[in-house]
Amino acid sequence: MNDFLDQIFVRAKQMLLPLLTGAPDWVIQLASSLINIFALLGVFLTLFALISVLERKILGRMQNRYGPNRVGPFGLFQPVADGIKMLIKEDIVPVRADKVVHFLAPIMIAATAILALGVIPYGRNMTPFAIDGGILFFFAVGSTTELAVFMAGWGSNNKFSMLGAMRAIAQMISYELPLIITTFPVVMVVGALSPDAIVAAQGGYALGVMPHWFVTTPWGAAAFILFFVSGLVESNRTPFDVPEGESEIVAGHMTEYSGFKYATFFMAEYFGMFAISGLAVTLFLGGWHAPIAGLQFIPSYVWFFAKLSALLFVYIWFRGTLPRTRVDQIMNFAWKFMLPMAFTCLVSPAVWHYQGRGLAGWLWSLGVIVVVYVALTRLIDTRKKFATRTYRFAD
Amino acid sequence: MILAAALAAASLPTLIHAALSFAVAFVGIAAFFFLLGAEFVGLVQVFVYVGAVAVLIVFTILLTRRDAATPEKFNWGGVVIAIAVFNGLVWAIFLTPGLSIAPPQIEALTVKRIGEVLMTDYVWPLQCVGLVLTAALIGALILVMEEKNSKS
Repeated sequence: MNDFLDQIFVRAKQMLLPLLTGAPDWVIQLASSLINIFALLGVFLTLFALISVLERKILGRMQNRYGPNRVGPFGLFQPVADGIKMLIKEDIVPVRADKVVHFLAPIMIAATAILALGVIPYGRNMTPFAIDGGILFFFAVGSTTELAVFMAGWGSNNKFSMLGAMRAIAQMISYELPLIITTFPVVMVVGALSPDAIVAAQGGYALGVMPHWFVTTPWGAAAFILFFVSGLVESNRTPFDVPEGESEIVAGHMTEYSGFKYATFFMAEYFGMFAISGLAVTLFLGGWHAPIAGLQFIPSYVWFFAKLSALLFVYIWFRGTLPRTRVDQIMNFAWKFMLPMAFTCLVSPAVWHYQGRGLAGWLWSLGVIVVVYVALTRLIDTRKKFATRTYRFAD
Repeated sequence: MILAAALAAASLPTLIHAALSFAVAFVGIAAFFFLLGAEFVGLVQVFVYVGAVAVLIVFTILLTRRDAATPEKFNWGGVVIAIAVFNGLVWAIFLTPGLSIAPPQIEALTVKRIGEVLMTDYVWPLQCVGLVLTAALIGALILVMEEKNSKS
């Protein structure tokens, strides 16, 4: 019974495929991949619709008001209304915009975001595309997003868009380094780049109760925090949403996009959020494993989506609580603090490993991280130094 | 597809379009790497070339904008050099034994094997590459800092 619920989607697909017996081999492979893709798209498009309304409701509750609550019970049909609105809007393209580049940019951003979702294990035996270098594929595809953001800014032939795109790319490139370096500890400790192997390595339970997730180790916790913050920046979410700051540069590189193309950008941003959260769950929070050994009867994909939802809630929570940071503050933070801390997170699991992966290793790696953190926060002064104020008319 | 993209990169009038088709050519070369069985190299190709080099090229085009309206006359020197390079590459290709000999059975190249080889047999080149990268970073920092000093 437990196994049946857990593997229900795998079994369903295995029941569908024999309908094609007799077809040549490549057709069966193609059909198998297509089923995976459609399932993935179906799940995540639904999740996107849900999140778009849940985010507004959660933000609303944090601001002591109801979110959208007119369209359907508790406002849950709001995405339908939004979708219809986006579809029937007039598609305005600036006259002197670069038509090909302007058209291709939202498609490329959405495509790279969806590609990145394909390598994450959603449950036991439920990775859509189990590539051996899955983590590397994820980041390779993510770095293609920057080119697409540039295309969006350039194709609009608008100085604000260009400025917004350049700021977005500068931000995304700066934070790609901490993002990737914080995944190195996990890859080092597991010894493989494949997400399935990483999830499998987090499967045991110490004392039968505490899970072996990487976030319970000091370097894992530090790396998780750094990874999560870098993910916030990579997907251009508040408090780092300078590229789409509504009060500053009117939606930045997305200014000249109307209707469905804007919806595509919106969707690509959320899919980026899903992808980074999914990877954080895979790398640090144990993937589809249950937190306590006793709760393993709940299917694996339920655990995965529960953890994913918790991370998404934290994303929305940050958006509702924190003000936007300045661009130079963002850059300072990345290069002066996050990068050295990321390197510390690289040294720390080595210490943990060579001290025997037990309590001694735990304490030593904790010591390394704490020492570097305290040193960094004391020694780096990133406050802007203003000249002493001279008052001209008051005295 | 790679040939079409490379031709487009060399001949499109708008510089940004040329740079973007260059990125498409990079993706095509990554596809070649995948077909040859070197997945790690292919992924790193996408990562480094499309994610960094193409962005760099695009940024430089952006920041050093020239008038796109001046058509350049046909560059005969370029044609000579291109033909010379082509001949050199074709000669080198014909020098190899050819496809009639069965390729030797290589073990599948895993990332773990690449890591082991990098750290044992090729550790000197690895360190030299690290030094080159550090020098490039420091050079970039110095360039930026000189501008700041000269401005203030």
